[in-house]
Amino acid sequence: MEENNELPFAVINELKEKLEETEVTEDELDLIIEEARKAYSKALVEPGEAVGTIAAQSIGEPGTQMTLRTFHYAGVAELNVTLGLPRLIEIVDARKNPSTPMMTAFLDVAHKTDGTKARDVARRIEETKIEKVTYDIEINLSNMQIELKLEPDLMEDKGLTPEFVVEKINKLKKGDAELLNEYTIIVRPKIDSFTELQKLAEKLRTLPLKGLKDVKRTVIRKEEDEFVIYSEGTNLLNVLRVSGVDPLRTISNHIHEIADCLGIEAARNIIITEAINVLEEQGLDVDLRHVMLVADLMTVTGEVRQIGRHGISGEKASVLARAAFEVTVKHLLEASTRGEIDHLKGITENVIIGQTILLGTGAIDLMMSRERKAKKKEGKK
Amino acid sequence: MSTLPKVIDQIQFGLLSPDDIRKMSVTRIITADTYDEDGLPIDSGLMDGRLGTIEPGQTCKSCGNRVGECLGHFGHIELARPVIHVGFAKIIQKVLRAICRDCARLTLSEDERLDFDKKMDKYEEEWGELDPELVKEVLKKATKTSTCPDCGKDKLKIRLEKPTTYYEEHESGAARITPSDIRAVLEKMPDGDCRLIGINPKVVRPEWMVIVVLPVPPVAVRPSITLESGVRSEDDLTHKLVDIIRINQRLSENIDAGAPQLIVDDLWELLQYHVTTFFDNEVSGIPPARHRSGRALRTLSQRLKGKEGRFRSNLSGKRVDFSARTVISPDPNLGINEVGVPSEVAQILTIPERVTEWNIEEMRELVMRGHDDHPGANYIIRSDGRRVDLRFVKDKATVSEALRPGYVVERHLKDGDIVLFNRQPSLHRMSIMAHEVKVMPFRTFRLNLCVCPPYNADFDGDEMNLHVPQSEEARAEARILMRVEENILSPRYGGPIIGALQDYISAGFLLTRKNAFFTKKYVCQLFFAAGFQDDLPPPTIQKPVRMWSGKQLLSTLIPSLLNLTLTSKACIKCNVCEKEDCPNDAYVIVRNGNLMSGVIDKKTLGAGQANSLLHRIVKDYGNQRAREFLDSITRLLLELITSKGFTLGLDDVDLSVDSKNMISGVLSKAEEQVDELIRVCKDGELERFPGRTIEETLEMRIMQELAEARDDAGTIAGRNLGLHNHAVIMATTGARGSNLNLAQMTACVGQQSVRGQRIHRGYRGRVLPHFKEGDLSAIARGFVKASYRSGLSPIEFFFHAMGGREGLVDTAVRTSTSGYMQRRLVNALQDIKNENDGTVRNAIGQIIQFVYGEDGVDPAKSDHGKAMNMDVIFEKILSQRRVEE
Repeated sequence: MEENNELPFAVINELKEKLEETEVTEDELDLIIEEARKAYSKALVEPGEAVGTIAAQSIGEPGTQMTLRTFHYAGVAELNVTLGLPRLIEIVDARKNPSTPMMTAFLDVAHKTDGTKARDVARRIEETKIEKVTYDIEINLSNMQIELKLEPDLMEDKGLTPEFVVEKINKLKKGDAELLNEYTIIVRPKIDSFTELQKLAEKLRTLPLKGLKDVKRTVIRKEEDEFVIYSEGTNLLNVLRVSGVDPLRTISNHIHEIADCLGIEAARNIIITEAINVLEEQGLDVDLRHVMLVADLMTVTGEVRQIGRHGISGEKASVLARAAFEVTVKHLLEASTRGEIDHLKGITENVIIGQTILLGTGAIDLMMSRERKAKKKEGKK
Repeated sequence: MSTLPKVIDQIQFGLLSPDDIRKMSVTRIITADTYDEDGLPIDSGLMDGRLGTIEPGQTCKSCGNRVGECLGHFGHIELARPVIHVGFAKIIQKVLRAICRDCARLTLSEDERLDFDKKMDKYEEEWGELDPELVKEVLKKATKTSTCPDCGKDKLKIRLEKPTTYYEEHESGAARITPSDIRAVLEKMPDGDCRLIGINPKVVRPEWMVIVVLPVPPVAVRPSITLESGVRSEDDLTHKLVDIIRINQRLSENIDAGAPQLIVDDLWELLQYHVTTFFDNEVSGIPPARHRSGRALRTLSQRLKGKEGRFRSNLSGKRVDFSARTVISPDPNLGINEVGVPSEVAQILTIPERVTEWNIEEMRELVMRGHDDHPGANYIIRSDGRRVDLRFVKDKATVSEALRPGYVVERHLKDGDIVLFNRQPSLHRMSIMAHEVKVMPFRTFRLNLCVCPPYNADFDGDEMNLHVPQSEEARAEARILMRVEENILSPRYGGPIIGALQDYISAGFLLTRKNAFFTKKYVCQLFFAAGFQDDLPPPTIQKPVRMWSGKQLLSTLIPSLLNLTLTSKACIKCNVCEKEDCPNDAYVIVRNGNLMSGVIDKKTLGAGQANSLLHRIVKDYGNQRAREFLDSITRLLLELITSKGFTLGLDDVDLSVDSKNMISGVLSKAEEQVDELIRVCKDGELERFPGRTIEETLEMRIMQELAEARDDAGTIAGRNLGLHNHAVIMATTGARGSNLNLAQMTACVGQQSVRGQRIHRGYRGRVLPHFKEGDLSAIARGFVKASYRSGLSPIEFFFHAMGGREGLVDTAVRTSTSGYMQRRLVNALQDIKNENDGTVRNAIGQIIQFVYGEDGVDPAKSDHGKAMNMDVIFEKILSQRRVEE
């Protein structure tokens, strides 16, 4: 490793910054760089170091100090976000359905400074169903019709017109809608039956008028000099297409969604940022490198894998390692039919059979060349 | 003597064929009985002497070895009828569905088969195993086909009725397939087909999944225990085997006698049940086999499974000799890398030491002292491997004279030996560290207080373990890698995890605050405690009496040349920092090892504080220097605080009448405001927060109001209590407690909460019957106006207990969930290591990272996450310039 004393970018940048404020001669600069190189090579990881175990311990140990409760997101009091230990577990579990999916939509140059324009974008994102803008949905059995009473304020707030709603309902082709007066819509089902009427009313209630599926709520906040839209519920793929949204910065906290939409590298990054955010929010100091290792391990195969029996631990090459973790008997039986061979390269396997593990001081061996030994003996004689 | 260690290279898993089982069997087991009237094992019975021996003194009839050496030998039972192995029931069903019942071939066309074969060949060549994905595909395809392409017969659907019965679904109804039938079909399957469905024909034949010969595990696996009353009690497995043999015998008798099919089938099913529960007694769908007492039997599966199973309990976790465990207690006079070991323990734990020409005299002395005098020895191992137990040696002098170089003496633990010290739960590597032994009287392990944080230990009855490494390699590793000083820096964040705590921090403040001056006598006393042996520095005050400042005393212990600037815990983060002129003396400056300004507290010395004074010393002067620094400074601080005294009493949390009035004013005003909010809400005039209901908004506003009131009360109290107050000193220096705790003691305990909300559960619309239904006022929802000092009213007390209970439950739940997360993380990551080429790989060599952490820097060696401290480097280079000038 000694040849590798090329300084990393972070160090070079820091050096640059520092040089801007201090004046040094060329000789001194050389000395400083020399010193930095020395310090860097001293700080490198030792070959054979059990970096995995250290990372796992560094993330797991502070778990005992975390809160179990869901707290309000720092800043956005309107949205609840899972934090603390439950969120950390969610991240390492790579859950398909996180308990509080959330998006942070940044806006492009044209929209980010204007409050009204930002609200327009938010309207385009938030899923608006009929029930959200009606004040009452009534089933009129005598006339066999459904009466929707729209709420003018809410309609305006969401930027909808009654005509638009009528059109949407007609597109359903389940019944004919018409405007009774300014804010009342009457819908007559195509088939005359009470059950049909009931079904239609239910359908109308949840008929999406506008926005993206699953985005339940949006909150606009001014952050420094720009407006940012936070949303409860995620639909990243579609939000990136909404005009006014800056697709380069907009993110979600849903790992699988990110992996599907932006690729595995993005998923790896979101695992890191999410985990670090949780830890930092709890006031726990954990080195970024540990989190990076976990994220990298979770994503090496190109798919997001869980830390645990349905992911990394369950896909280990060694039968004994799998059996020693969870679902012991199943793994043993399966291994026997497949005629699997355990090459005993891992840690658990070697602990089980009582051999030295291949880590740290166990990773090195002293070798002796037969010829040299023979020569030495001869020499002695 | 020492043989080459055998290395296990790989383990192949597979199934035993009936022939294999017969071949490895030493006897066929026929009788269900175990012992005869004389208590001797019956031949061909379950306790047959040929199966191995478990009684000491007896020799094994098969191999002639005694208890320790004989590992036991298998027997076998010939089953009258084949039965299904439960574990393979699912796989058998899959196979049956994919093959033709008639010709036993996979229902694939010749082309498909060739195609799959080719693919499988390729995969096997590349990876040395069968492709699980391809197997799935083959199974899917073959299962789908409804007629056999080979013989044209229609395939019937196979249903598995759990756990072990198979039915063939005809149009007319389902017909049972017996295990014999299944075995017959599976026997016919060609090897090539087996391979395609994931059964490796080199080690497994599918028909072996239907058992005809049952191996009987050796007695060593199922030892019987003799109770005090002399009654023998058999192992669960033996009981199960007895059942199997009995039924098997009855079945074969009935078959031989030509009994009706119905009876035979019943017995067959019973045999199936017993064999099934022999393997797994927790199969769903059948009742577990029970002991006479009603307890479910613990059969093979249960022995392997779970936390107490063979794998996790005995194979992954091992028990050791040369270990000790006892209660721990503090001893500030020990170094941080020492551990006080009771002499009783030291006389039991031993270290083998080889006798040489150079130490023979010393060893003789040890042997002379024997086992019951402290620096003695317990055993001598002579060069021929014979052990001499010194407890039973009458003439110690002869034995000690007989010592020769090459003998090994197992001597007692003595001062300076290296041992591993551990406290559970071992959550990180600092939970096991190497300490030097210090043999002491009394019966607890003693440790320095500074090592409490890494172990997370306190002295409320905690126990710790001690292990004595027995080989020279192990001791070297312990000394070089595991010693306490090697672990001052935590790999978690690259800062010190060991450091001063609690009273040391308070003492640091007492020592270095601005008006702290000490007389010569006192200074000498302190320096003596710290082990400082140089001349006294010139005093800060010459007249009328020579006095030394506390900062000066501390400076003598700091390495000269150290430069550092930081803000201490007392910093209140003013908008414009006044630096040296900070009114709180919170701006710490160390110039050339002299503490120029600032007060020493948790941020400078504390455990777990990155970028502190301690951190700089470790990074720039090394672990040894840091250890010496910590040892000497803690002794100095301890001497100071013990001589000065530092207590907390009731009067420390007493406020003046004025303050009390002010606080009650603040609180009643808050209460009024809450009432006002409730009124506004009732009138429907409350402005809703976006995205919240009115009720939620009201709750939020009320909680905000009350929190503010408590904080205000706290500040009032804080103003009343000055820095002369010990509780305040502890809170501001970070020694113990916070300003919130202080406020709760002196001013107002504040809002109690359950699940993050004001307490609202209990009766309908109210928590206690003392309130009106729907009362939302502060007091009705768990606001505690009183302080701990003034005492809580009964209602307040109840609310407080509710809030407190939640905290307890929370902790209990958290430890288990976080423990499980930790286990999973460690299990998933444990194989990952940094290779010689700098890449990070897992056990099978897959690259996880090309360079560890993107820069290859070890967090433990980093400077709080950064590869280096640029300031220090600049300082180092630029200071040379200053010198030249």
